[in-house]
Amino acid sequence: MTVLLQTIDLRKQFGETRACDGVNFVVHQGEFLSLVGSNGAGKTSLVNLISGQLTPDSGKILFEGNDITSATVSERIRAGIARSFQIVNLFDGMTVFDNVALSIFSRQGKATHMAALASHDGAVRDEALEVLGQFGLREKSGIVGAELAQGERKLLDVAIAYSLRPKLLFLDEPTSGVSTRDKAQIMDTVSGIVRAGSVTAVIIEHDMDVVFRYSDRIVMMHEGSFLADGTPEEIKANKDVANILLGAPLSA
Amino acid sequence: MKADAPIVSHRPELALGAVAAVALLALALVPQVVDLYQTQLLTYGLIAAIAALGFNLLLGYTGLLSFGHSAFFGIGAYTIAFLLRYLNIHSMELYLAVGLAVVALTSVLFGYICVRHTRIFFGILTLALSQVVYSLALKLFWVTGGTDGLRVARPSLLFGLITFSGAGSFQRFIQTYYYYVLALFAVSVVILWVIVHSPFGKALQAIRDNETRAAFLGLRIRRFRLIAFTISGTFTGLAGILWAPLNGLATPDVLYWTFSGEIVFTALLGGFRSFAGPIVGGIVFTYLKTYAVATTEYWQALLGAVLVLLVIVLPTGIVGALSQLAAKLTAKAKS
Repeated sequence: MTVLLQTIDLRKQFGETRACDGVNFVVHQGEFLSLVGSNGAGKTSLVNLISGQLTPDSGKILFEGNDITSATVSERIRAGIARSFQIVNLFDGMTVFDNVALSIFSRQGKATHMAALASHDGAVRDEALEVLGQFGLREKSGIVGAELAQGERKLLDVAIAYSLRPKLLFLDEPTSGVSTRDKAQIMDTVSGIVRAGSVTAVIIEHDMDVVFRYSDRIVMMHEGSFLADGTPEEIKANKDVANILLGAPLSA
Repeated sequence: MKADAPIVSHRPELALGAVAAVALLALALVPQVVDLYQTQLLTYGLIAAIAALGFNLLLGYTGLLSFGHSAFFGIGAYTIAFLLRYLNIHSMELYLAVGLAVVALTSVLFGYICVRHTRIFFGILTLALSQVVYSLALKLFWVTGGTDGLRVARPSLLFGLITFSGAGSFQRFIQTYYYYVLALFAVSVVILWVIVHSPFGKALQAIRDNETRAAFLGLRIRRFRLIAFTISGTFTGLAGILWAPLNGLATPDVLYWTFSGEIVFTALLGGFRSFAGPIVGGIVFTYLKTYAVATTEYWQALLGAVLVLLVIVLPTGIVGALSQLAAKLTAKAKS
């Protein structure tokens, strides 16, 4: 399998806390990978380091073989890395349509255009409506982001990132704070879209039912390091994983 | 907002265009039905509206509150005073060409320093820089005229086609200059309206709503803020350029921080969350201040009371309150 992303001995420390303690992370092209672990395990820190929100203390990040360790956020996005956020991050004062359209304008390098009306760009309009249709949000196009229900907000958050047409999409807890029924709907929608679009996805998730159901591979983090890495079946059979999920001590 | 509204329809723009055309026609007819003083006052109002529109690109659309826009207004005014005094230039078009270049350059310079910060730090930086300009205007009195300011004579308009001298020249100037300002006001409104509805304008609103997420769309936040700051300062500077010939003097009070406060007040009064808010605010504030000054020597206290009432009773400003009222009435009529 082709390696899309690789981190080499990636380290990040906050005071005494080692958020990433020599992480060697590999993501293969086309896989749907789940990153799991208890709160504070270092999952979001790892995603923040890869997406450029945090700078590593040491180590390297390679994307498609290119060193992006010191690349800016916008350079990483242009390279093909996008992300959604644990706490929904929308443009609440803008319409659902504009939330997605802006993402497309940015991808096409048109966000600095100021001599033409955004609503008159037919190609962007069509693409935005298509994406919103895929995410089941087309009917909500005209309302502002702040007026969406929580499940819809989660979907829009992912739709914004997806509209950047990334090669690698990080989804930070896309189902947190929503009902069980909405969780299944969100995951069905998101996994269907990313698989159909051949997007490689890394999802941070706490709900193990969701993780086992949708993932090709699962990586478990614990105290800044990787504890386990395998298929859903292998992870299910791993006693350390079970102990951590149950809050029990690790095996010797 | 209505959920199933068509995503893109040209009808609202046509309706808006029709309303704007009617408003422009009404404004064009004003000098025919009011006296010279009222025409002059409305000219000041239109100039204040241009200043506030420029200012609001930063506050309303980018989420940056500047307390230093007096600098751009004042630099615009002083630039043409210098052009007259030191280069004996009398053409309004030359004033505009040189003045706009100067305020644009100043805006880039100030913006480069200020947009590295946000919130209170941005506000304080803009305030500090504008006070530096004010101090220079006061201290370099042999260049700037100090507290007396510099005289600005009535310029020629349209590349010397229209000049003002001899008997009745003041009346002719006020009547003609009103239309000159009105034309530039209309051009400013169109340009700024297109900007805020362009992809760039959407990006500014996104940065205002959620800077972190905007960065993760690949938008270079500081660059966008700098461009917005430059456009904002330039339009406020344009207002200063237009104000000086009408006032007849470029004076340091328009560089002082309280004048920046007046621009903020203007945007709040009209409503900084709507495009039309600063236009209404600029015109209303001009009348409000003029009549407050004429009515009481405690006019500043009166304006202060209005500001307090405004924040408490009409936090969305005049246009915001009217929009809410219209929405309520529409909903009531439908039910």
